[in-house]
Amino acid sequence: MNDLIIIGAGPAGITSAVYAARKKLDTLVVTRDIGGQAAWSADIENYTGYQFISGPELARKFEEHLRTYDLKLKEGESVSQIIKEGHEITVITEKASYRSRSLIVASGKRSRELGVPGEKEFKNKGLTYCATCDGPLFQGKDVAVIGGGNSSLDAALQLIKIARSVFIVNMTDSLGGDVVMRDKVLSGGNVTVFSNSEVEAISGEKFVSAIKIKRQGKYEDLAVQGVFVEIGLVPNSDFAVPLEKNEIGEIKVNNRNETNIPAIFAAGDVTDVPEKQIIIAAGEGAKASLSAFRYLARNKF
Amino acid sequence: MAKSVKIYSTATCPFCIRAKQYLSENNITFENYDVSADQAKAEEMIKKSGQMGVPVLDIEGEIIVGFDKERINKALGL
Repeated sequence: MNDLIIIGAGPAGITSAVYAARKKLDTLVVTRDIGGQAAWSADIENYTGYQFISGPELARKFEEHLRTYDLKLKEGESVSQIIKEGHEITVITEKASYRSRSLIVASGKRSRELGVPGEKEFKNKGLTYCATCDGPLFQGKDVAVIGGGNSSLDAALQLIKIARSVFIVNMTDSLGGDVVMRDKVLSGGNVTVFSNSEVEAISGEKFVSAIKIKRQGKYEDLAVQGVFVEIGLVPNSDFAVPLEKNEIGEIKVNNRNETNIPAIFAAGDVTDVPEKQIIIAAGEGAKASLSAFRYLARNKF
Repeated sequence: MAKSVKIYSTATCPFCIRAKQYLSENNITFENYDVSADQAKAEEMIKKSGQMGVPVLDIEGEIIVGFDKERINKALGL
């Protein structure tokens, strides 16, 4: 049996793993991917020690650090269930099940979906949740960015340089996000903002050719070949059925990263910790690991 | 004989980086097409895969969308 299983290998999970390895815990990391959301960020300028680093580069540094230790790593697996019976925890994925004496849930967040007709059919056929990845394919095209916060502004900033025109579709009456970014976006000559507007449907033949929006009660069609959905994030906590969560599905933790169930800890963006930042997730991961270590030291089963 | 492996990618997408890293780790030589810089290759990728997400791998004509390790292993006999 493992001492510790860590679910997720973003900043929180990887930092947990590094700390666990240094405490010589017999540790298994189970994760869908490496780097988590950090790997999808374009430019990172607020991770101490790096004045500037790209998301994929920072993720690679994290991974290099992880791989210097002798840890078990299962990549490409998604957890569907966790069960605690007595002092034993079982983590079930689509491929296998694993047992341990303690658990850290660091499964992060994923993009929120629009939930409108056409979204599923046109995913990767013009509709994407990752401007950093797929943006370059829309050279000279007309695109829509859905959302009005920082991630939407970040996507728009990348697309201004690539696309012919960028439409920002925003539910509220003005754009949110950081002032600096907003000014940069609005000074791009090819940007049009549709405020008080919601997306109703995505349409096209084989690929996206238009979106239907509802703007102040009226329907309009916008001809676009690309749709970038940037309407925030939802926690990957569906599998964590026994754990107590807040109203938006984030796992509740105390300041020692303990959940409502002994031996199960959580860290990073999947939790209700205030502020979702790479550096905060990493710090939380370290805390969770040290808490798990203390728990194991106290309870020698 | 070594199989012909092509990868259509962008420099910024994490799964493209992972896929290329994985091929290199397994000593697979491959041809990389940066579809953000090469419009003709971008169109070729869309035609081959019927979609626009990167990465796309072409292993001896077998088209694999995304960093699908299991399919890559199978196609390459890893």
